Amino acid sequence: MRVSKFDRPYESGRPERHQLRVENISLSFGGVRALTDVSLTCEPGEILAIIGPNGAGKTSMLNCICGLYHPQKGRIMYGNHNLARTSSHHLPKMGIARTFQNIELFRHMTVLNNLMLGRHVHMKKNILTALLYWGWAEREEIENRRFVEHVIDLLEIQHIRKQMVGSLAYGLQKRVELGRALAMNPGLILLDEPMAGMNVEEKEDMARFILDINEEWGITTILIEHDMGVVMDISDRVAVLEFGRLIGIGTPDEVRENPDVIRAYLGQDHGGRS
Amino acid sequence: MTIDTLPKQLRENAQRFGNKIALREKEYGIWQSISWAQYLERVQHFALGLHSLGFKRGDIVGIIGDNRPEWVITELSAQSLGGASIGIYQDSTTEEVAYIISKCDMRFLVVEDQEQVDKILDLWDEIKGVEKVIYYDPKGLREYQHDFLMAFPEVEALGAAFQQQNPSFYDQSVDQGKGADIAILSTTSGTTSRPKLAKITHNNLIGMGVGLTSVDAFGADDQFLSFLPLAWIGEQMISVACGMRVGFALSFPEETGTVQSDLREIGPRIIFAPPRIWENMLSQVQVKIEDTSWLKRRVFDWSMRHGYRLADKRFAKQELTTQDRWLQRFLHWICFASILDQLGLRYMKWAYTGGAALGPDVFRFFHGMGVNLKQGYGQTETTGICVVHADGDIKFQTVGKAMPGAEIKIDPSGEILAKGTMCFAGYYQNEEATAESMTADGWVRTGDAGYFDDDGHLIVIDRAKDVMTLHDGTKFSPQFIENKLKFSQYIREAVVFGGGDLPYVTAFINIDFGNVGKWAENHQLAYTTYTDLAQKPEVYALVLQDVERTNADLPNAAKIQRFLLLHKELDADDAELTRTRKVRRGYIAKNYQEILDGLYSDKNSIDIQSVITYQDGRTATLNVTLRIESLRK
Repeated sequence: MRVSKFDRPYESGRPERHQLRVENISLSFGGVRALTDVSLTCEPGEILAIIGPNGAGKTSMLNCICGLYHPQKGRIMYGNHNLARTSSHHLPKMGIARTFQNIELFRHMTVLNNLMLGRHVHMKKNILTALLYWGWAEREEIENRRFVEHVIDLLEIQHIRKQMVGSLAYGLQKRVELGRALAMNPGLILLDEPMAGMNVEEKEDMARFILDINEEWGITTILIEHDMGVVMDISDRVAVLEFGRLIGIGTPDEVRENPDVIRAYLGQDHGGRS
Repeated sequence: MTIDTLPKQLRENAQRFGNKIALREKEYGIWQSISWAQYLERVQHFALGLHSLGFKRGDIVGIIGDNRPEWVITELSAQSLGGASIGIYQDSTTEEVAYIISKCDMRFLVVEDQEQVDKILDLWDEIKGVEKVIYYDPKGLREYQHDFLMAFPEVEALGAAFQQQNPSFYDQSVDQGKGADIAILSTTSGTTSRPKLAKITHNNLIGMGVGLTSVDAFGADDQFLSFLPLAWIGEQMISVACGMRVGFALSFPEETGTVQSDLREIGPRIIFAPPRIWENMLSQVQVKIEDTSWLKRRVFDWSMRHGYRLADKRFAKQELTTQDRWLQRFLHWICFASILDQLGLRYMKWAYTGGAALGPDVFRFFHGMGVNLKQGYGQTETTGICVVHADGDIKFQTVGKAMPGAEIKIDPSGEILAKGTMCFAGYYQNEEATAESMTADGWVRTGDAGYFDDDGHLIVIDRAKDVMTLHDGTKFSPQFIENKLKFSQYIREAVVFGGGDLPYVTAFINIDFGNVGKWAENHQLAYTTYTDLAQKPEVYALVLQDVERTNADLPNAAKIQRFLLLHKELDADDAELTRTRKVRRGYIAKNYQEILDGLYSDKNSIDIQSVITYQDGRTATLNVTLRIESLRK
């Protein structure tokens, strides 16, 4: 079998991309209001960054979108589905994948097996046929492996394909986690601080991968990031949260000039980060 | 018709071998192969594609990229059209790339990926003549809208269409080729700033192939992994020239980072690598053995002791007794086989080192493990090789005898001269340098000093201009001392000074960051950066042991009296090494004048300001104090 660099396996079998509409959501934990009346939209194929100081509600926002938290008010529409009322395990079927701020991989499995796990949603065989590994099951396995190899190629992790995830450096683990999300072949990917704790070189690599994923694979990307410089460089639009409220949304240039944002984020103690 | 060009040989091979594997590349986790027939077809299509785009006889196509099937397909395509190719090292600076492109009046460039395309785009205003830039890895290039960018398959499709219209054009074009045509231009590892471009003809490549394969009879079933830059003549000579001649399969590794495991998977029968590869393998073994269990270490030490004894017997051409032979097998079984397997050397029939001198200790080490390692000697101007060890006639001090088709002599000044079918056709558009490189009667001046030993083996002392005359009048090769130092797993690079007016011998030493770092960890020694680690007194003490060991084997006048550990690694990007990682002694001496003066003073340390240039062009200044270790009593 020949597999060419010009193949694009990710273009088939992908769930349709939809617009994501967050409509007036509010989330509170007891008396603490994590999100208050937040509305925003994310168009198919866009890179949208959500920024804000610590505790502004960025991760809560992401968790609402992917069904881990259920907001008390408002809706989150993705196509015809209201994600605010959907359990998180239904999301992969809709083509939504995510990564976590703290890496959530199987540390004692190889990189390859972690990525193959990401293909789970596309596997139709049952335990018995998988054990026999014959005919259709074999073809399906090969097809999935081929897809995973394209992910490995995209993220340039060929050299660690067979290594245990636990033995890898932090930056590489982050890359593997992104790989597992990609293996699902999602239409929308949610990245929670993909560059946290990385050095400059690793950040540059990660930024390039995010752009590749968006441009080559055409995946809608929503990311949370602390590093203002990177966010402004790679995002199409930026949403700014403060104390659970959306205080600005727009292109990086618009956001940079928004007086509320300057006051809340860039001007004060976090401004030095950029 | 006689086969006097590589494209004719390719056509012949496609006939003869048909569906046998010609090229193999690991992509997406599997070895994907191209048969000889497919290889010819792809060359035809790409060549005709180039022709449709306007490539003419005598044109030169530039190639920048990792070793991939597309690399050699491009090379053969250019040659099929009566043109030539030139490989440009990927880590070349932008000035080097721009210089080569304009020097060759290049109209076509084949590059690997986005990184190289970006490099070319940055240079675009300086490189006027380039018409098409063809890439073979599309990742990240989807949004690039430039007219001059083209994907490799697009060119092939263009060629396939052309072939439909003109089915006989390709064969006619190949038939027009002559042995004296230039096949490739090869950049010489210039010790001056501008590389010279050596014209290597088909006759040269084929002549070299005939010579080498008559010393060592490579077969069509031998395996070869092409992992060193194809821009380097040493890689061209085995993978392209010999591979095409004999018909063995070329395998290309997946990525630079996977070479070690790809070597293991392929288990090559032939390898040609410069000393640094052998030195790296050696220090890998040393480090792993130090980390292993007590029992395994004992087994290794015992096996090596006997391995060395048997190797010395073979070097001395003594008959091995039956007992020796059984012992050899036993050693292989109990110890060496598994180490060689890890290194990818288990099935090696012919291993060569060339490009620079390999330290005798490293050489002996591999023979101790039963690897048939040979020295080859040559330079770009002699198509990479003209002198080599024959099987069973290996001496580690020498580089062997002239290959069939080559003649070697020593001129009265002691310089080695070479003549033969592999001697190049001069430098591209540089009459002056061509005249300097040859004698009036056509011998190539190698610039190396050497002599023949009693068995007629050539011994290379060093670059003629580097040979130093010590203060007591003896001549000595700094490279010899450097290689002795580099046998240590903790020393990566060394530069020895001491000839001429200098009163004694001194050395700059680069520690091996990985190995010394590991040693530091094992000894609970905290460090932050390379500079910090290199300046630890403990590390000086560690390296001192190796310097003393080196000194023990040297005549008194040549003993190293003072040395220091440099604060940075010598780097080709800073012009301190050539692209093939040879030390540029003159440049280093000039650039580090201050430090060198310190070595010849009575100070115990020296403060320097070092300017570091980052890859993106920013600079930073660093203040460092370098310790100087003195061995003088």
